[in-house]
Amino acid sequence: MTGEDFLQVKDISKRYDGIKALTGVSFSARRGEVHAIVGENGAGKSTLMKILSGAVQRDSGEILLDGIPVVLNSPLSAHRLGIRSVYQEFSLIRNLSITENILLGQLPTSKMKGVVDWNRAHKLAEEKLMEIGFTGLDARALVSHLSVSHQQMVEIAKSAVTKPKVWILDEPSAVLSQEELTRLFALIQQLKNESALILYISHRLDEVFKVADRITVLKDGELMGTVLSQNTNEGQLIKMMVGRTLSEIYPNRQKKTKEEVLAVNGLSREGSFKDVTFSLARGEILGLFGLVGSGRTQVARCIFGADPYTFGEIRLQGNVIKPKSPQDTVEAGIALLTEDRKRDGLVMSCSIRDNVSLATMKQVSRWGFLNTQKRDARVQIKVEELSIHPTQINRLVRQLSGGNQQKVILAKWLLSQAKLLILDEPTRGVDVATKVEIYRIISDLAESGMGILLISSELPEILGMSDRSLVMREGRLVGEFSKAQASEEKLLACAAGVIQ
Amino acid sequence: MSESSVKIPSLLVRVLKWLKVRSLGNYTMEGSRRRWVDYTFTAAFLLLILVAASMSDVFFTERNMSNLLRQIVTNGLISLGMLVVILTGGIDLSVGPVVAFSAIVVSGMVEKQHLPLPLAMMIALAVGALAGTINGFMISRFKLQPFIVTLATLGTIRGLIYVYSETPITPQDPAFRTVFGAPILGPFTLSVLIMLLAFVAAGFFINRTMAGRAIVAIGGNEEAVRLAGINVRAHILLAYIISGLCSAMAGILLASRLGIAQPSLGAGFELDAIAAVVIGGGILGGGGGGALGTFGGVVTLGLIDNLLNLFNVQSYYQQIFKGLIILFAVLARRQET
Repeated sequence: MTGEDFLQVKDISKRYDGIKALTGVSFSARRGEVHAIVGENGAGKSTLMKILSGAVQRDSGEILLDGIPVVLNSPLSAHRLGIRSVYQEFSLIRNLSITENILLGQLPTSKMKGVVDWNRAHKLAEEKLMEIGFTGLDARALVSHLSVSHQQMVEIAKSAVTKPKVWILDEPSAVLSQEELTRLFALIQQLKNESALILYISHRLDEVFKVADRITVLKDGELMGTVLSQNTNEGQLIKMMVGRTLSEIYPNRQKKTKEEVLAVNGLSREGSFKDVTFSLARGEILGLFGLVGSGRTQVARCIFGADPYTFGEIRLQGNVIKPKSPQDTVEAGIALLTEDRKRDGLVMSCSIRDNVSLATMKQVSRWGFLNTQKRDARVQIKVEELSIHPTQINRLVRQLSGGNQQKVILAKWLLSQAKLLILDEPTRGVDVATKVEIYRIISDLAESGMGILLISSELPEILGMSDRSLVMREGRLVGEFSKAQASEEKLLACAAGVIQ
Repeated sequence: MSESSVKIPSLLVRVLKWLKVRSLGNYTMEGSRRRWVDYTFTAAFLLLILVAASMSDVFFTERNMSNLLRQIVTNGLISLGMLVVILTGGIDLSVGPVVAFSAIVVSGMVEKQHLPLPLAMMIALAVGALAGTINGFMISRFKLQPFIVTLATLGTIRGLIYVYSETPITPQDPAFRTVFGAPILGPFTLSVLIMLLAFVAAGFFINRTMAGRAIVAIGGNEEAVRLAGINVRAHILLAYIISGLCSAMAGILLASRLGIAQPSLGAGFELDAIAAVVIGGGILGGGGGGALGTFGGVVTLGLIDNLLNLFNVQSYYQQIFKGLIILFAVLARRQET
């Protein structure tokens, strides 16, 4: 069954508004193969996947399935050919149950035509979930009641239950915890054994090496090559993706000072975390690691005043603050980069200018009237400092790549001259090159005396950046490691509750 | 087949650029490549005038121009308030009754209480601001849907008007009409100047003030704005107060123009205002719209009414025509995916 090419992509090109997204990309893949597509943001991975799943149309080129040229002019036509995708953006209907989402359009009816047989529907959905090894999800639950990671699992399940011949996964792991990721990998293995072709897109190279048989690399919309994953390594792959070697990902830094910026004492929020105590010094990067749902984001939001807390004390530079809203904390000098930039970090319909200046309009206005020249000059300086591309500040943020969007948020908080910067997953969905830039920026900020709380579910990031690391599990602070003590195994064991 | 690559002749682009009228709905298009829809309305607008001028010898008379301008004052002011509310991602359905309430209050204060006009106006404006405050408070404090809240106040205020006066009020003082209605600058009456000034002020407010930028950003992503340390509730409240004030001012000027204030005034006004904003590039739900575009929308709607009147077209045809224009506006500005 393996050996011959099941999917052949020949010379695919695509332009958006005259801008090249893909130029003459060709690759082929077999049944029973996990084929990874990697590349920086803007390399054209998502466009290629959207073409394969019928969501966008190619300008030229040919797609062959089992040797036969196919027309993919809508998601439906792709579905008919057995091509299914899991997109980065959720396509779930939030106010419906898991059952309805999975069986959308094919709910079983009772004898009376058109009347849904709910008992059978739920049973069917549960059976289907069981078949792919997803147990422990209540099929009757509303999707909107699920956590983000569980929603992603449903999203994955929704396409997997159709037993696709070609299964496209676009960054499926961004919001998954380790445990769920293991489940996903098991499912991939299962479908692979059933001789499906799996196309796997991810920024996380370690994952790619774990699952992929072969890896196709794209750069600037062009094919860089396809390699066997056992014949390559992370360094080589990065070189292919970026076009240069990245000698040093994590910058070296001087040691922190003793001066305390933030002290949190016994902070609790009913139902999400309890008795969290730690302190953070000027110039220190403090890592906060935990699995999805461990309460790390909630701690950050409470310190920032975005959510109320039940007990505890927060001191900023020695002064007790009682943040009731982000208004208070921004004024006091705290900044928060949220984990989901689209949901609550950026105003997509506004320009770079508006987004960058959003938190600091007071500094450039008098009596509420903006000094637009002064504002624009300040924004421009930051845009150039952080090498945000494009540099025209009237561009809409919607048009930027993920990495540049993240830099726009950083620029916003740099202008506020905060004393404490909380970063919640600062490099999620960001390409390798921009990641390195962001690490350098964070490091520079720490050097300049800012205190930084770095929340991440990427262990290499926590280990590479932090002076100290904290670990949370089930709403409690369960471990603290110095840079010397910390290791991937220790942090993970601590976060998962395995005693070593 | 890519839809976006439809190009318009470069000569026409240059002409339009030269006329500096290309930017109807400028805001939404900021930074993105110009597409043919950006010019459609300007072109259609110019065409409309050309056709009118060639077919009717009355159109370009000073009298008709003056009429046209005075007629768009009401919708102009209401649309401005509507624009600010739509920018936040909301909607204000209660503008019609606010117009009527303020019209009848200002007339009543002048005619029955014999108050001087400025004082009567103050009271009428206060009524508008109060209506806006109630709308804004309910929406921002309790996170209720703007559509429902303003639908409720639409009915409530209409009822209150009849409590205040069941019969029309006609101020006898001739000054009530002439203050705003007499030409003071060419064909421009004070009412027209007030409206034009309001558009300039709104453009300034939206683009050059902290509150304006905050309001635009709230329509794009409320939570991101809250997390940037901005008081979202206060800004939403402000938007509805502005809408209330604009409608109240429109009511005062309308009462002055008509010389009579009827309690039934203003039915359906909200639809014309929403239409003007949308034609001018505004996006229901927030994320786009501007003062200049809205002005274009107001003038376009006014022109249609005016022209169809000149050609003696019956009013229900006007309704059909307006509906089609709105549909076309939304279609042309549809976001490509």
